[in-house]
Amino acid sequence: MTPRRRRLSLVLGIIAGVAIAGGLTLRALRANVMFFFDPSQVVAGQAPQGERFRLGGMVEKGSVHRAPGSLEVNFVVTDFRHELPVRYTGVLPDLFREGQGVVAHGRVGANGVFVADEVLAKHDEKYMPPEVARALKKEAATAGGARTGS
Amino acid sequence: MLPELGHFALILALLLAGVQAFFGIAGPHLQRDRWLAAVVPAVAGQFVMVATAVACLVSAFVTYDFSVRYVAENSNSALPLFYRVTALWGAHEGSLLLWIFLLACWTLAVAVGTARLPARFGARVLGVLGVVSFGFLLFTLATSNPFLRLNPAAPDGQDLNPILQDPALAIHPPILYTGYVGFAVAFAFACAAMLEGRLDQAWARWTRPWTTSAWAFLTVGIALGSWWAYYELGWGGFWFWDPVENASFMPWLVGTALVHSLAVTDKRGLFKSWTLLLAILAFSLSLLGTFLVRSGVLVSVHSFAADPTRGIFILVFLIVMIGGSLALYAWRAPLLRSSAGFELGARESFLLFNNILLVIAAAIVFGGTLAPLIADALGLPTLSVGTPYFNPTFLMPVLPLLALLPVGLHAQWKKGRLRQSQRAILAALAVALLLAFAVAFGIFAQGGVLTLVGLTLGPWIILSSLLDPIDRWRRGLSLPRAILGMTIAHIGVGLFVIGITVVQSFTQEHDVALARGETAAVGGYEFRFEGVRTLEGANYDAVRGSVVMTRHGAPLGTLYPEKRRYWVKGTVTTEAAIQMNRGTNVLLALGDDLGAGRWSVRIQVRPLISLVWLAALIMAIGGAVAGSDPRYRLAARASAASLAAAGAAKGAAG
Repeated sequence: MTPRRRRLSLVLGIIAGVAIAGGLTLRALRANVMFFFDPSQVVAGQAPQGERFRLGGMVEKGSVHRAPGSLEVNFVVTDFRHELPVRYTGVLPDLFREGQGVVAHGRVGANGVFVADEVLAKHDEKYMPPEVARALKKEAATAGGARTGS
Repeated sequence: MLPELGHFALILALLLAGVQAFFGIAGPHLQRDRWLAAVVPAVAGQFVMVATAVACLVSAFVTYDFSVRYVAENSNSALPLFYRVTALWGAHEGSLLLWIFLLACWTLAVAVGTARLPARFGARVLGVLGVVSFGFLLFTLATSNPFLRLNPAAPDGQDLNPILQDPALAIHPPILYTGYVGFAVAFAFACAAMLEGRLDQAWARWTRPWTTSAWAFLTVGIALGSWWAYYELGWGGFWFWDPVENASFMPWLVGTALVHSLAVTDKRGLFKSWTLLLAILAFSLSLLGTFLVRSGVLVSVHSFAADPTRGIFILVFLIVMIGGSLALYAWRAPLLRSSAGFELGARESFLLFNNILLVIAAAIVFGGTLAPLIADALGLPTLSVGTPYFNPTFLMPVLPLLALLPVGLHAQWKKGRLRQSQRAILAALAVALLLAFAVAFGIFAQGGVLTLVGLTLGPWIILSSLLDPIDRWRRGLSLPRAILGMTIAHIGVGLFVIGITVVQSFTQEHDVALARGETAAVGGYEFRFEGVRTLEGANYDAVRGSVVMTRHGAPLGTLYPEKRRYWVKGTVTTEAAIQMNRGTNVLLALGDDLGAGRWSVRIQVRPLISLVWLAALIMAIGGAVAGSDPRYRLAARASAASLAAAGAAKGAAG
């Protein structure tokens, strides 16, 4: 091969490699990203049925219940317009508290309960997942003075 | 008074950085060699000023000066001395000051190190570092001044974020930043070469030790952060593809590519413009990392300092630095042609593939990290990208990268022939395969395809790395530090692959509910819960559980997982209890009081996870050994001398 042809084939090889990698990356992105929904969107049926997604909102005050001695915990996530019951089995994060923001990963079960396999709570007083903050702000604005408490 | 002194020192440092940048760049450009004399004193002066500012802020922390806002927000009268000092970099403003201080240290070291290099080139390097420093100082003074006063003074501080009150995290930012800032030196060398319009093999030899040291620091910094996340956040595992972890990982990937492409530029005078581009890229990603983490743009647990008003300045600064250097690159890189050729199987080809694959890996991390931001900016639905995307995608470039390593190590420069080592490489592969099957089915009695691939690649890389040193030892040849360092780093890579494979394949984790006296069995161990008691620490109170750990009934000790509540902010943190047993890492985290006398406990059994961090440390040691090779210093002296001689001859002739 002449140096020129070798260089050409090298460049073509690199371009092909990058294109394949890019294509696979996009495919993987499409198959593996999780979308975020707030309770209103879930109640309105916008969340995909039977697929995993992120649910975000506030843990409703007084809604956290567990059977004594059991790892299973039930609570309600609200955006102050709609509520969604959530069930989770396992250790809750340190910053999980009633009246605080929370993000749960999981899917909606047949009975309308969101079964979470992972629960994340905001990590300090200043920090709230931006999507939760936005969802809450949006709801607060549209719900007018309906918001009580904090 | 001291805080004002610190503020004033920062302003002086800004002016000196301006002097350093102007004379360092304009002097050589306008060929006014007398201007060059101003550069090194400006560097020294700037170092003194920045060190003064740091000392002032430290003293404000140590003496509980809650009239300084930054101190009031990040310290408290109950905070122990050690954390009062490390609270300096506990939030955005102080982190920037730390960045600037480390840059001043590196710049001073470069000023000493480049004293032997041609004067104009050295001045240009320092000038570019001056530009970087100027930008950071301006940003700090304009938007993030740590010396602002509170009036009236706060009666007490709001305390340092409790998750940062930890020895590993206290030293993680300085080491990580030392790595980030170190890439500024590689960047400055690249810009100086472009300004000069000349890049030869000597340039690569001058740049290599700096780049390798920066890379070693970054490696240790990332490993420390990963270790901290494991035991302090109790996330369980060594890597989460969290945006902040990714922010430090991207410059590391590109930096690794740079270390390898510099080898080609040094030995063969090839890949010149590619090396420059990588140097620019590595530093740009370091800048991006610094700002992404501290500006709160990313959805992450680390983003505790959120202030969008700083965004504009950051954006402008990034555009000036990255855009400016890329424009310089577009203008000057075509001048730097490489002429030599090489065959497909030559070492250059392997290093080229190494570079391409590492850059693809960095691009994959970049895409996944920024996809949520881009989707957000385009008004698409809010999305998150996590492990399900990163793990399979990242393996695509990395598996071939690892498979090429044991072969490429023995390829010759220029010619596509493996030095008679073909049989040795194949023998190493066979041994590695046997080992993989033995470990997977002999010890763990299970194994998928990826497990076997990983367990083969790891030992293969280690064995193949050892071939050359053993051969040299047999023939009685010396082992230069550069090669020794490379061997150590590659053995680190092999150990890393083994560690990750075992952890990913054989980890067991369970959340269990236990009452006093009850036992749970996980991963071949039994855990008996002995109840909880309360206790009081320096600035927190805690609930401490005791769990007796046994294996087949034989006692291995008692673990004390804690849940702490810090008084000032009321923050609750989990202090996991960790026990090592024959390379297996057992982590216990105390959950909640479930009622009826039972507590939730998270139990994780991870074989060989410590090897992952140890291997990262070994890689870094390899980098440090290679970077300290006296060859680089001697070469620098020799090439500077030959340049001077050439200049003198030219002068005599003209």
